[in-house]
Amino acid sequence: MSRDATTLRVAVTALNATDNPAPGVSVLRALRDAPGFRGRLIGLSYDALDAGLYARGLADAVYLVPYPSLGPAALLERLRAIHARDPFDVVLPNVDSELLSYLEIAPELAELGVGMYLPTREQLELRSKVHLEALGEQSGISVPRAATVSTAQELFKLHDRIPYPFFVKGTFYGAVLVHSLDEALAAFHATVAKWGLPVIVQQRIDGEEYDVVAVGDGEGGLVGAVPMKKTILTDKGKGWGGVAVKDPGLLDMTRAFMEATRWRGPCEVEVMKDRDGGYHLLEINPRFPAWVYMSAGAGHNLPWAVAQLAAGLRPERLEPYRVGTMFVRIALDQIADISDFEKIATAGELVREPSGEEEPS
Amino acid sequence: MTTKPLYERPVLVRHQLGHMNKMGAMQVNRPLTHIDGVPVEELLARYGSPLFVFSERTLRERHQELTSAFSRRWPKLRVGWSYKTNYLGAIARIFHSEGSWAEVVSGFEYEKAVALGVPPDHIHFNGPYKPEPVLERALVDEAMVHIDHFDELALVEKIAKRRGIRPKVAIRVNLVAEGIPAWSRFGFSLENGQARDAVARLVAGDAMDLVGLHCHVGTFILEPQAYRDAATKLAGFANELRSRFGIALSFIDLGGGFASHNTLRAQYLPGGVATPSFERYADAICDGLATLDVRPQERPTLVLETGRALVDDAGYLLSSVVANKRLADGRRGMVIDAGVNLLFTSFWYKHELLPGVETRGMPEPTVVYGPLCMSIDELRDTMLFPPMKVGDPVVFKNVGAYNVTQWMQFITYRPAVVLIGRDGRHALIRRAEQLADVIGPEEMPPWLEKH
Amino acid sequence: MNDIDRLRDLALSETGFLFDPYSGATFSLNPTAVTILRALRGSADRVAVLETLKREFDVQSADLEHDLDEFIALLRREGLVSREFGLS
Repeated sequence: MSRDATTLRVAVTALNATDNPAPGVSVLRALRDAPGFRGRLIGLSYDALDAGLYARGLADAVYLVPYPSLGPAALLERLRAIHARDPFDVVLPNVDSELLSYLEIAPELAELGVGMYLPTREQLELRSKVHLEALGEQSGISVPRAATVSTAQELFKLHDRIPYPFFVKGTFYGAVLVHSLDEALAAFHATVAKWGLPVIVQQRIDGEEYDVVAVGDGEGGLVGAVPMKKTILTDKGKGWGGVAVKDPGLLDMTRAFMEATRWRGPCEVEVMKDRDGGYHLLEINPRFPAWVYMSAGAGHNLPWAVAQLAAGLRPERLEPYRVGTMFVRIALDQIADISDFEKIATAGELVREPSGEEEPS
Repeated sequence: MTTKPLYERPVLVRHQLGHMNKMGAMQVNRPLTHIDGVPVEELLARYGSPLFVFSERTLRERHQELTSAFSRRWPKLRVGWSYKTNYLGAIARIFHSEGSWAEVVSGFEYEKAVALGVPPDHIHFNGPYKPEPVLERALVDEAMVHIDHFDELALVEKIAKRRGIRPKVAIRVNLVAEGIPAWSRFGFSLENGQARDAVARLVAGDAMDLVGLHCHVGTFILEPQAYRDAATKLAGFANELRSRFGIALSFIDLGGGFASHNTLRAQYLPGGVATPSFERYADAICDGLATLDVRPQERPTLVLETGRALVDDAGYLLSSVVANKRLADGRRGMVIDAGVNLLFTSFWYKHELLPGVETRGMPEPTVVYGPLCMSIDELRDTMLFPPMKVGDPVVFKNVGAYNVTQWMQFITYRPAVVLIGRDGRHALIRRAEQLADVIGPEEMPPWLEKH
Repeated sequence: MNDIDRLRDLALSETGFLFDPYSGATFSLNPTAVTILRALRGSADRVAVLETLKREFDVQSADLEHDLDEFIALLRREGLVSREFGLS
């Protein structure tokens, strides 16, 4: 059956959009901007106060779904209920902690006719912070030394192998640079409290950090990628602006990663370029980054490609991205009405009228 | 005539950032009213509250899942039923009838297994302390003793000489597996050469034959990779023993530690998602063992002692609501008749708790307390829970491991334990305690006797 | 301002959504709570509120008085009525 890509109905998760935003809003904007797109966009969110729920002209409808911590059965039940009333062809999950749940229910979603374009569970494990070092050894990609730590005692001896300062990271999120045992212990306990065990300690490499948003085709090839250098940072060190760069070394590393893992779907590759021009793979995030909208701006719309692949369609070859494209994030205050919040809070959904772009009176 | 809606207690919940998702509430509202087709209320009415309930169907299914996952990857598999996770006679008998041996860690467990009819040569005897008379009996009975330290090795030699026997034994080793804390307090360290020394000493002593290696990497291991590491290292050690001492092992024991479907308190994703399947553990272990340098027909038996993952999912704790109260900070406090004295595992799990009856009305942030007059008696920290009336049943899931062995008789009697058979019949497998059970062993010194 | 006027200013919708325009706080209420709040806007008379509950709901065996007192305490703690507010 041939389908028209421009009429796809796409559900997109993760609309949290505070100072460390989730990717959902960017993904929705990239899809909205796809040339000729006239399909339907559905937002799936975890909290009635996720800011992206209130963005106008973006999603045609938004729905709450159960937290990932409630497990796949609850998620499937909710998605079935949404799909029955507001059908969609594909779903694009955008946060790490929900991926396992979505993989778990993939067969049931496929029965509903809902497609996804995700890495496999095995691929997720290969790139997990726990196994990144082993992946580096197998693939010849340079990876900082790392250790998996489950007890505070292990930190006492660790600096023999990984000198201070080093990063203390949670399995899903969070990274703290520590300079001493005291700081390492504090960071260990804070990370365990928030993200649980184990905790990853990673060597710090000096240099310039780059990020690549990329999509793998599941057969070792690259669907597309845009490398970026952050130009504006928040006071917490998060990227708030960046520019697309040309550096072929970044794309080489991205290709090497795709080849080694046969990665399928989106990811963000974090790379450190040291002072001698060497490239080191810091981390793979198994999803789009929040700045992925820039790929649409650079003429290399990766969310749009993934939406089509998830629907089983073959996207047109992506044009080369425009080097020098910048993204600059600005905080724009949206106007909403307390009744919008009421609908989300009480019914778990907000379906906008087709003319939903006008401001409330 | 219009029917009026049913009254429910008034509820008002303030919206807070990060807790604004009614979809979670839909899930917790779903009750568990039947276990294997038997109504929860019928069980409570018949056997009293609180009540432990086990599903024979789940016990057998889990055992079959485990054996089928490993049998497809390794020619010879033996499960040692881990008595310490649950040594109720009926539970152990079900596993033995599925073909499990017994794995015991004390004289008491050894006696219990023998009393249940397990042949001594189908018992793996583990643990850091086996008192001399117990050890002697096990060796004479030809049970498989796993030697834990050098002092025990010397003791086994002494007994062997005294009794004129030549026992077959195993040694326990500990090793470093990526991502988990090393359990160096049990067995001989592989990395620092202690394990090799132990074997050299055992061979030189010429009083017993080494037939097995055992290692147990940890508990509730969510990372199958740790088993791949452990199996690879054990296989490497076995290869070394073969070339150096000419020892052909008859078994390699990877111990236990597989996670059940519970969720640790420090764990973000729920057990249903984070817990690896038996298939994934099997992949990891059998991959590691594939590095053994032996012909296929000489491959040693793989022994597993993974009690928790077999029995946890099959156990339920039924309890009843005793009171609802409003805490000073506005949360609801729900007091039930089962406490941490019965549900020891609530110290480390976020146990799944469900209403045992259909409920109506809006869930509220609720703290679940047990009946003990102690502040630690908190079974669940704040969770969304629907309104319950006094007397309503609630059900804890996945409580089959460790609770009916670690429970305490503290200020009250321990409750009954019931088994639901595969055909839906149910019966007591341990009756509720009564006064005589508690005071039976007590003695009154003569000077306190009444005259 | 007296408590009855304060209660009348609350934006209370059919869905059980409550917006307190003074504090900006929002709440979810179940139908029983909505009914009590509406009745309180008429008068803070205990007997009247209880009568309303019995009229609108199928009350089988609940301790209405106890529930009502607990709910009033909740309103006080959430700042929706003053600390002095009580039923007559």
